Amino acid sequence: MQPFDWIVRHCIRPISALDCQQFKSVVNHCMRSLQKSTEWESVIGLEIHAQILSDSKLFSGSGTKFAAPVNSQVSLFDCAIPGTLPVLNRRCVEAGVLTALALKCKINNVSKFDRKHYFYADLPTGYQITQQREPLAINGKVDFIVFDKKKSKLPYTKTVQLIQLQLEQDSGKSLHDDQGGKSLIDLNRAGVGLMEIVTAPDFTSGEEAAGFIKELHKILTMIETCDGKMAEGSLRVDANVSINRPGEELGTRTEVKNLNSIRAVARAIEYEIERQKEEMEKGNEIVKETRTFDTVTGETIVMRDKETVLDYRFMPEPNLPPVHVYSSQDLPDSIPSDRVVLIDKLKEQIPELLSEKRKRLQEQYNIPLVLTYNIVNDDEFLQFFEELAETGQAEPRIIAAFVSDFLLYFLKKLEINISDIKREYILDLCQLVEKRLITRETRNILFERMIIEDRKPSDMVQEDNLEIIQDVDELTELCIQVLDENPKFVRKYKNSLTKGKERAFKNLGYKMEELTGGRAIFGAWSGILKTLLEERIKD
Amino acid sequence: MLSLPIREVLKHLKEGKITARDLIELCLKRSEKVKELNIFVTETGELARQQADDSSNRLKSGNEIGPLEGIPIGFKDNFCSNGIRTSCGSRMLANFIPPYHATMIEKTLNNGGVLLGKTNMDEFAMGAGSVDSASGPVRNPWKYKFKSRRHKNNQSEDSKGHVTDKEDDDWLITGGSSGGSAAAVASGVCFGAFGSDTGGSTRIPASFCGVTGLKPSYGRLSRHGLIPLVNSMDVPGIIGKTTEDVATILNCVSGLDLKDSTTLPGSYQPVNLQESIDVKKLHIGIPKEYHAPDTTEDVITTWGQIADMLDNAGAKVSQVSLPYTQYSIKVYSVLCCCEVASNMARYDGIEFGYRGTNEQSTEEMFASSRHHGFNDVVRGRIMAGNYFLLKENYERYFIQAQKIRRLISEDFQKVFKSGVNMLVTPTTINPALPYRYFMEEDNQTRCSQLDVFTQPSNLAGIPALTLPVSLSTDQLPIGIQILAPHLHDDKVLLLGNWIEQQVNFPFLNLDCLDEGV
Repeated sequence: MQPFDWIVRHCIRPISALDCQQFKSVVNHCMRSLQKSTEWESVIGLEIHAQILSDSKLFSGSGTKFAAPVNSQVSLFDCAIPGTLPVLNRRCVEAGVLTALALKCKINNVSKFDRKHYFYADLPTGYQITQQREPLAINGKVDFIVFDKKKSKLPYTKTVQLIQLQLEQDSGKSLHDDQGGKSLIDLNRAGVGLMEIVTAPDFTSGEEAAGFIKELHKILTMIETCDGKMAEGSLRVDANVSINRPGEELGTRTEVKNLNSIRAVARAIEYEIERQKEEMEKGNEIVKETRTFDTVTGETIVMRDKETVLDYRFMPEPNLPPVHVYSSQDLPDSIPSDRVVLIDKLKEQIPELLSEKRKRLQEQYNIPLVLTYNIVNDDEFLQFFEELAETGQAEPRIIAAFVSDFLLYFLKKLEINISDIKREYILDLCQLVEKRLITRETRNILFERMIIEDRKPSDMVQEDNLEIIQDVDELTELCIQVLDENPKFVRKYKNSLTKGKERAFKNLGYKMEELTGGRAIFGAWSGILKTLLEERIKD
Repeated sequence: MLSLPIREVLKHLKEGKITARDLIELCLKRSEKVKELNIFVTETGELARQQADDSSNRLKSGNEIGPLEGIPIGFKDNFCSNGIRTSCGSRMLANFIPPYHATMIEKTLNNGGVLLGKTNMDEFAMGAGSVDSASGPVRNPWKYKFKSRRHKNNQSEDSKGHVTDKEDDDWLITGGSSGGSAAAVASGVCFGAFGSDTGGSTRIPASFCGVTGLKPSYGRLSRHGLIPLVNSMDVPGIIGKTTEDVATILNCVSGLDLKDSTTLPGSYQPVNLQESIDVKKLHIGIPKEYHAPDTTEDVITTWGQIADMLDNAGAKVSQVSLPYTQYSIKVYSVLCCCEVASNMARYDGIEFGYRGTNEQSTEEMFASSRHHGFNDVVRGRIMAGNYFLLKENYERYFIQAQKIRRLISEDFQKVFKSGVNMLVTPTTINPALPYRYFMEEDNQTRCSQLDVFTQPSNLAGIPALTLPVSLSTDQLPIGIQILAPHLHDDKVLLLGNWIEQQVNFPFLNLDCLDEGV
């Protein structure tokens, strides 16, 4: 039974119908606010493992190719042959510093490696070399965009704080043959350099987390420190999820491991939040545990429980001296500059970041955030947009809307490149839109035609009579013509109930579109058509 | 021939008085004679003959490749040797054949050296006696009654000692953990040998066996291929009869190795013992804390004699203080166990080494491999190390030990900064002990007794040399240790060389074993 019905049945004296309506709205209001106070807040933090794009592993010279023959990229060090020692791969440190800079982290001039111990068949040394105590970088910050239809119609920007970025080794892979009772181990991945990026628990939904991963993916691939191939495991996400009542302490968290697509990040977190809500509302406790996400069922499943907490027995890695990174100005004379990692030199390699580009477009050209997103995702698009906007011959917002919403579609449909588009034509087309001389439909038709026929859009508009039809008299005439030519729909409109009426009107609308060739705006003629139709069925 | 210094052997080789092949045959014959000592885990006779033949050819054609051309060298069984079993004195690695050479072996071979074999040691170098090896204990050649002996006296002419009949367990230990290497050099099986030194493992057996042993500065020799005990203290150690032999080998193997990030950059200046050292200009420190309670009378007397000798030669000799030294054994126990726990984690029976028979689950397999593969000394240290590294104990043990390690290291720096050039101390509290007596205490107790003078230099990373200077009343060698600041390896060798010339130590000579054959 719904709570409202229960209240009405048990608590209310018989009252008049009018009173009842008023009462109902009051109760509903109370119920809503009551529900609000029993709402849940969800808190999510992420740990990302990004494989460093490097020809060789973090501490050995063996290769890092994906899908190489099993155990073909394993040096003596990688399989823990006694007596072998780690030799730090400079490229991996540079990639780490580059990434840290792009994520606005503070870089530690001295960082150290630690051993993290646990026994696992695909961890040959019995410990992972990582940076637990003094990581390469700390305190980062990333701006990203969230598209969450549930929360708001328009995309919004959000900032996440990063706690640290550390370098560490990847593990090997185990393959279990349960029937044969055998485990097989592939060490190709063992020792590949990883950047572990740990965020603060700043996310409140799966979509927010997904928005961040999307942004991070873009940044990493842009600066080429990670290939970002999530399906191949190059970028893996673990999510820590908990829920709590507003104003209360954070709840017990669960960890969902190895999410390997952006959609999986969003779905797994959303599922986990809902699951935890259900558990809590049933009066159950949330258990601190590790879960995995089944992409087929869309559910998270318990992997291993953490009740017996592992003590990793961290210890400094004694075979690696501390990692020093310098700024050119701080470099002691005794150290040759070609033997160290220089922060400022790496900084020069970092291109303008996506968030900076978006911000610049918003400010410089006065266009809304929503239009900037697609433009900055592709350097060619951005260049094209800026080139056109710089001419001052068309409103940037119009150009932006075109580049953001239609360019990709047309490039694919017509199988052309951006360079095939004549700048003069596209600007001309934008001017037509800006001056409201054509409709959107006409714009789309003209774009295709200007490529195929190689004619200037304004010429085509004039010569082929494609201007927008705005004149009320003209539109009225056209409406009358549609009604005259389609008595069937008029009749249907007359004889139908609400739904049927709508359908009949829609069909008349299509006929109108056909007749005008898309040269009239719906808003301009729909009122006229309706009025004429109503008049006609009165007769 | 087998008692000659390397310099003279090289001269014979170059002049063609003996070929490298004949030399190696002599060594192999000697090795056969002293087999009871249990010096080698693996003797590489065939390979050595091959290398010696190559060397003979190079010598004949005048194409020598280095200062060790044709010289037989032994390696402790914790240096990985390509294609040659490297057991580390453990069941765990009894079947382990490394696919690569340790840098020390590679450099030795590249300088013409001949690899004679892999010498016996305490399991994973954990021990001070060379009695805890899966291959059995090593026996000290001093005062050893060889069954094959035809001669009554197996000591050098100056030695008055006699060997009487004994039961089988009545012999002296070599000290450890590099006992095989020290015994090999002492008994003339090879002209030089590599040990490793983490707390005294090269110097103690060198001292017990009456030969010279160098623990170089940390970072001077590459550890690549040396199966680790404690990474932050391990150094390859060099054992030779004399300081000159040690210096010759050191010059061949020193320097930066890109495969070991802890080796020091910069070019290496070879040690030249022809340079004379002006003893008058030296300030020698005698650390008062090195008067350990159980030090034998003989050792203290010898120490005093060397100090007097230096004093008489015009050196400034004064007492100095290293107040934190007394804690070094405790610090070492903690740090050693921690690194052992970590370093031993790779022995899980998967990629290499011993695999237990229980394969019911991965965990069961790990457990049975490790239980049967390691002896109880190793397992005990792993257990302790894991305890010290637990989150709740880390501050109390590991961090605390690191702090005191720094203080110990600073003690040395302060003394050296105050103008003291070198320190002179005993190497061990006593000469070689009888096996029967040694076994009355456990491994841990014996280590803390024997490591007491040698251990602090490993914590500080400074060079230390032991050389034999006299015989005890029992006619056993007594070693003296010289310590110098980091990277002053040449200084300890120069002073050692000077002392060596003054004392004219009666080295063991087993040439008698060859008679009557």
